[in-house]
This record gives sequence, structure tokens and C-alpha cells, in this order.
Amino acid sequence: MSTTDAAGPWVGRPLPRVEDEALLRGAGRYLDDLDPAPHACHAAILRSPFAHARIASIDASAALAVPGVVGVVTGEDVAALSRPFPAAVPSSIPMHAAAVETVRYVGEPVAVVVARDRYVAEDALELIDVEYEPLDPVVEIGAAVSDPALVASDRSFAFGDPDAALAGAHLVVRERFRFPRWTATPIECFAVVARWDEATGGLTAWANFQGPFTLHGVAAGALGLPGSKLRLLTPPDSGGSFGLKAGVYAYVVLLGIASRRLGVPVRWIEDRLEHLAAAGGATGRDVGVEAAFSADGELLALRYDTIEDVGAYVRAPEPATTYRMHGSLSGAYRVQHVAARNRIALTNTLPSGLNRGFGGPQLYYGLERTMAIAARRLGLDPAELARRNLVGPEAMPYRTPSGGLYDSGDYPRCLDEALALARYDERRAEQALARAEGRLVGIGLACVVEPSISNMGYITLTETAEERAAGLPKSGNAEGAVVAMSPLGGITVRLSTTPQGQGHRTVAAQVVADRLGVTPSEVEVHGELDTATSPWTVASGAYSSRFAGMGAAAVDRAAGVLGAKLRTIAAHLLECAADDVELCRGKASVVGQADRSVSLRRLAGLAHWNPESLPEGMEPGLYATAYVAAPNLDPPDAQDRVASSAAHGVIVDVCVVEVERETGRVHVREYATVHDAGRLLNPLLVEGQVHGGFVHGLAPALLERLAWDEDGNLLTGSLMDYLCVTAPEAPPLASRHLETPSPFTALGAKGLGEGNTMSVPAALANAVADALGVEHVELPLTPPRVWELLEGRT
Amino acid sequence: MIEIALTVNGRAVREAVEPRLTLSDFLRHRLGLTGTHVGCEHGVCGSCTVLLDGAAVRSCLLLAVQADGLEVRTVESLATGEALHPLQQAFHEHHALQCGFCTPGILMAAVDYLGREPDPTREEIADMLSGHLCRCTGYAPIVEAIHDAAGRLRGGAA
Repeated sequence: MSTTDAAGPWVGRPLPRVEDEALLRGAGRYLDDLDPAPHACHAAILRSPFAHARIASIDASAALAVPGVVGVVTGEDVAALSRPFPAAVPSSIPMHAAAVETVRYVGEPVAVVVARDRYVAEDALELIDVEYEPLDPVVEIGAAVSDPALVASDRSFAFGDPDAALAGAHLVVRERFRFPRWTATPIECFAVVARWDEATGGLTAWANFQGPFTLHGVAAGALGLPGSKLRLLTPPDSGGSFGLKAGVYAYVVLLGIASRRLGVPVRWIEDRLEHLAAAGGATGRDVGVEAAFSADGELLALRYDTIEDVGAYVRAPEPATTYRMHGSLSGAYRVQHVAARNRIALTNTLPSGLNRGFGGPQLYYGLERTMAIAARRLGLDPAELARRNLVGPEAMPYRTPSGGLYDSGDYPRCLDEALALARYDERRAEQALARAEGRLVGIGLACVVEPSISNMGYITLTETAEERAAGLPKSGNAEGAVVAMSPLGGITVRLSTTPQGQGHRTVAAQVVADRLGVTPSEVEVHGELDTATSPWTVASGAYSSRFAGMGAAAVDRAAGVLGAKLRTIAAHLLECAADDVELCRGKASVVGQADRSVSLRRLAGLAHWNPESLPEGMEPGLYATAYVAAPNLDPPDAQDRVASSAAHGVIVDVCVVEVERETGRVHVREYATVHDAGRLLNPLLVEGQVHGGFVHGLAPALLERLAWDEDGNLLTGSLMDYLCVTAPEAPPLASRHLETPSPFTALGAKGLGEGNTMSVPAALANAVADALGVEHVELPLTPPRVWELLEGRT
Repeated sequence: MIEIALTVNGRAVREAVEPRLTLSDFLRHRLGLTGTHVGCEHGVCGSCTVLLDGAAVRSCLLLAVQADGLEVRTVESLATGEALHPLQQAFHEHHALQCGFCTPGILMAAVDYLGREPDPTREEIADMLSGHLCRCTGYAPIVEAIHDAAGRLRGGAA
């Protein structure tokens, strides 16, 4: 038992962050601010100017002659000192840390110059003479999928009897949708410091990596090292990630090879041009959707024909983008018959990777556009069509046809709240008036289920059930944490959740404060991870919105273990039962007898200084390491069903747009979003995640797209060409939260950092289609595109 | 090498630098003022913004030699001892930062801006912010924080 101060628990309060003070003073500790390997030399990376070419020769002699240059590493060294990265699908096109013989996208690493400073390294870069023999590039997903050599994986799934449902339906909507490639663009780029230790035959690397730590194994595997010989450390602060920095592992390997080959520690800070060309970004998706409806609007069957553009290589953890949403192919709806064919196609563009939303924006764009088109064809209001199909609260926990397990929530109520928040009926009336005046006003909806806490086993769906049976069953999702108390009673927490700005340290302090009866300001939380000493698992990291459900739960359990030990020691001293001791206001007290108490500081002193005084048989030490795993995640079953995530929030968005007839510009007039993400651990941080996810959703909806020309030349290689959403483009957002706890997470919390990135592209596309009175729109809805749609219509 | 003499956060600095050394690299790597961040090195993201003789500039687009004889202020100069600057305090209270990487540049731009425009509307603040990229917050809390800080700096609610 533990209690909190009179104001109630700390968890649930909108506590401002403990992270802020240092960051506001310019005292953050991002990797480029640190010097973890003294005397490190600086690396610059030569990158391919061609989308597809054979490397005929590399002459680095002029570069090596530059004073201050330590050495040059090329694909030959990479081939000699590493293996291709292990991937979830066996590919005929293996990926190394740098190009070996052939380059396959503009920006692919070709050589690394290591020099005494970065300026000299970049000077030398220009002196490397590479002879390329250009090959034909494949840039378009359509061309890629028609070449069997470029289809890395092709799997089909059917749940229920979708054929029969489609054959007998009142209405079948058959449409194709394209989701653009875009990138979440953290403001801090990649950073790696690598130090090969010849004596131990191991690599120590510091990187602003964010997990999942499956990729630690991928990097170690490429280097041919046992995991213990790749010591990976993350810095205290990281300048955002949104998934992207998972991809830094490839550079841990590349710079590790450079350090090994040249015998010096090597430091590399990615620049923005490198980042846009080669760091990663979302997949592009071309998806055909067939949806069967009854006359009264019941969604009877769904069939997806998904073609995923993953770029030049299937870079681990891809093709996870395609499978992350496997359990949610039916979205927020009750539909029982679902089929999907997933083809993973290779193009001569940058490899995809984790990117906020990760598969969700792509899935819901196809599904929610289909629902809007169906409503139009059925003559139903889209809100009414949604209402007739949403999974009801009585069905929770709800098993989806493809194996997902929706844990809790009242989806129809969420819809009602969103319609109320947006004043939907009024908006429809205003829209009718505006249309009568000739204005192009549209209203869009999106209902999405937001999965959090990924089941690492979903990626094994790239294999058949028989192939899976021959391998290791996988359902990785666990997380660990440490809570320790010093001899003076100081409380220290160690996370393995690699925070990148989300505020994990603040929430962890709140959680521990509740468990140990102290204030959050008395809890020191450390976010840096060290694979040699931290309590991590393959699933550790900051992705799939897993902190609230798993990271905080691990902290809660570790604090609970430490708290139980403190209560047992106190009971021994106070001569009562441990169950009668509560931790409150820095003391352990007998419940109801405030005068019978002992301070935590004294308990800590005793435990550290006088182990002899501990209760009989008690292990000394006040250092609790604890792990948690979701209770509801299994490996995929023989029918290819999987609970791909442990927790599921629900989001309903309603938005109003007006299209400027003369320019095609889309003005977002109103945007309302209602979430049910379970118990909210810190409402201030929740709003931060919602607003951030919202503006990231605007990105591929309205402005942002990675683009290549027909020869594979990158057209969006700088921030003057890749247009990020800025403050004037971000419309006001009205948000509201329901709080139905998850039965599957310790604190009842679910993730909510990605939901609006999933919902916004669909909702805005629906609104623009409604404004223009068309069924076909194309993302991003840039003014020229929308203007062309207008012109085509008139 | 060229010798330059300038004032950085109130302190006289004299250093010999290569002519091509950027001001941002000079501040970060020569002076250890790592609060100034480098996000794009082509003048778009705004993370590296500092004050040069009171005016907000992109330190990644300037050379250290161009600051010769001038006064530079970075984010490290904003707080007074334990007391945060009203802008820093407002950013904290409004949750106007997450990863914090863009924050120093925005703070310095806002110091310059509020010095010239002490009573801006939210729309005007958003326009000023259009020269800065933030990928975490969605901008709305930053606009609120600057609006709130403007009031505090005018002597309104403390």
C-alpha cells in the first residue's frame, strides 16, 4: 500500500516538465554537445549522385593527400568488415552500411573521409574521384511492382469470407489511393560517435538512437559481433525523432567500421542535406480498396491490395510499416470479412523506416476515404455511416478478424463527442449556405483506432505459418526500469525508453512519487540508455507510443518493488505488518498512527549502513530492477492473425475546410479531435503530443512530400524544397479526451502520440473532396494540385 | 587565421579563427556555448538564431569573422542566476518545448521581436515564428507562450 499527499496522486496532474529548465537555459546534453570519446576524428560521408549505378572505381589518393586527413573508408572496407544487415524478408538486394559495387539511391553512402576536423573532411570529400556507370533506375511504384525482381515480399491473407460478402453486396466501392512519401524531420539530425576497441574486439558507440533495440541486434549482426561486444549508449537529450532515429543504427555500423579500419574514434554529425536524402521517412503506398456495403450502410467486407514502396532496400525493421496495423485492418468498424495482399516493392529512392504514425496514416487514408465515398454513394451522412459500423462498447475487449484485440473504449460516444465539439449540425447548415454563395466549403471525418505498444512478433507475418513454426516464436514487447535509493534516501530512476522530447522523465517522477510517497521533485530520472548496464529488452525504446503503457508501467513496478521492501524494513522496525505500513510525505508510517513512523532517509541509511538490522532473510540493497510485458500479446497464429499491439485508443476527427477557388489553397477553418487513450498520466504532456501529432498529420495532407524525378534525382533535398509546416499553416485545434482505462496496462494508460498523424490526412482529404464535390483527390493537397482538380471539374 | 575581438554574453572574447569558420561552429565548438543548435546549416530551420548587436541572425549563415567588433548574445545569457527570463518561464508553463532543439533559436528570435513589437497579436507571433521549424509542439503552445511573455514583459501579469 502506498498513498500520496492530500491533493491526491501525482499521476494525472498536468505537471510542467522536469526536462525544461536545462533545455531552456541552453544546457541540454545532445550528442553533438558531448565529447564521450576524447580525440575523436570527424567523419564526412560521400554520397551517390546517381539513383542507380555501378561503381567502376574509387580513387581517394587526392583526398588522402590533404593535410589532416586520417583515412578514407569505402564499400570495399565495408564488405570486408561487415555482413549485410539482417532483414525480415530475404532479399535479392542486400543492404550494407555503405554501397558495395552498386549504388541504389541518390544519397547512399559511398565513402567516408575521416579527418582532424569536419571542414577538412569535407574538403577531402570533394577530391575523391568516383567513376560511375549509370544503370536504369526504377522510381515509380507501379514500375517496381511489375518487375518480380523488385517485389521483395508478396503475402495474401483472408479472414472470414470476403469473396462471398463482396459478391452479394448492395454496393461495392472499388478505388485506389496513393499515400505520399514524407519525413517527420526531427530538427536535430543523426549523430554517432564510434570507438572500436582493438584490445577487446568490440565497438562502443554513442548515438541518438531511439530503439527498437531489435536494431541493436541487427547492427551487431552486421558487424559479426555478439551483442555484448556492441555497447550502444544514448545521450541524455535528443532533438526529436518521431521514429526517424531508429535508422541511425546503419551509421553506428558504418562509423564503427571506419573507427576499426583507421584506428581512431570517429565522430559524425549528419547534416540536413544528408538527412533529407538518406535518413529515412514514411513508405509510399498505393492501395486498392474494395469495400462491400449493405443497402443500409453496413460494412460487410474489406479487401486491400497494398503495394508498399520501401525505397532501395528492405531496411530493418521494414516491412514493419505494412504489418504494424495488421490487427487493425478493419479500423474502428465491426466488419467481419477482411482480406489483404501485401506486396513490398523496391524503388531507387531512399529506404523507408519508422516515421510517426508508421502504417497508420497509409491504412486509414485508404479506409476512411473509402467510407466517405461509400457515404456519398449510399446517400448517407458520413457521420451516420460511421455510427452504423463502429465497434460498440459492449463488444470490448473486441477481437478483430485479423487478430487485433481492442482493449477498451466507447467508440460511438467518442463520435458523438467529436460531433458535439465541432457543432457538426451547425457546420453542415453553414456549409449549405456557403455553397449557395458559391464557396467551396467541405467537412471531413475520420474515425481511427490508434494502436500502441507494438508486438514485435507481427513482423514474422512476412513468413508463412510453416516458416514461422521453424523459427523462434516472437511477441517481444517488454520494458524494464530501475528505481534505486541512495544511503541518504535520494531516489534515482533509470529508464530504457530513450526519450526524444516526450517528457518521459517527468511522468516517471510522477509515477515514483505516488509509489514511494514523495514529491516528483525528490526523484531524479535518467533517460540515457547503456546496453551494457541498462535494463533493456529487444522492445525497448521510444516508438509505437509505448511509454505510457509500458515504460511508465515498468517504472511503476520497479518503484512498487522498492516500496514493498521499504515497507517490510519499516514494519520490522515499527513492529507491525508490512501491509499496515504506508509511504507518505517522505515517511513510512503505521496506517492510522502517524506518530509511529520512520523517515525514508533513515530506512535508507539502515539498509545501506547496517545490513545486519534488516529483517531475517532479506537481501540487502535498495535497488529494484523490474520488467513488465503486456498480458495480451502472442506470436502470430497459424491463421496469420496477430494482436499486433497491446493497447488501442480511438480518435474521431471532424474538420471544416474552405478551398480558395482562385488559387486552390486549402484553408482549415475548424479542426476538432476527440481521443480516448485510457488514463491520462499527465494532461499537459498529452496535449503536447496531440498538437504535435496533429501538425505532423497536416504535413503529408497539405504540404510535404519527398519527391524524385524520373531519373531518381532527389527534388526535395533542402528545406527550401521540402516545405515543412510552419506556425501560420497550423490551424487552431480543439481537443477533448475520454478516459476509459486499458485493462492491459498497469496504469490504464494507452499511447496517444501518433493518432492524429494517422487521422488528419484522411479527415482533410475527406473534407477537400467534400468541398470540391469529387471522389478523387491526391495527397498532399497542395494549391497546384487542388487547383488542377478544380479546373478538371469545371 | 584572422584575429577577431567581440563580446559574447557580456564577456570580451579574442580568438584567432579561420575565415571560413561559421559563427555557429565558433560559438559551439570554440567557446563551448552549445545552447545554440545547428539544425540545417542553410538558414531555414532557425535553431541557430542568436542576437548580433541586438538583432536576431542565423549564426549558421554568418562567419565568425563577421562578428568581429560586435556583440553576440546566445540563449545562455537569458536567465539571471536562478531566475528564468519571462520567455523561458512562459515556455515552461505553456509546455512550449518538447525535445528543446529548436527552442534556443526561437527564444532569441522572440527576445528581438518583443523588443520591437511589445504587444503583438497571436497571428503576428505566428508570422514571426514562420522562420522557425518545430516538429514537436505543433506551434500553438509556442504562440501562447510568447503572447503570455509579451504581457509579462510589458509589466502586466507577472
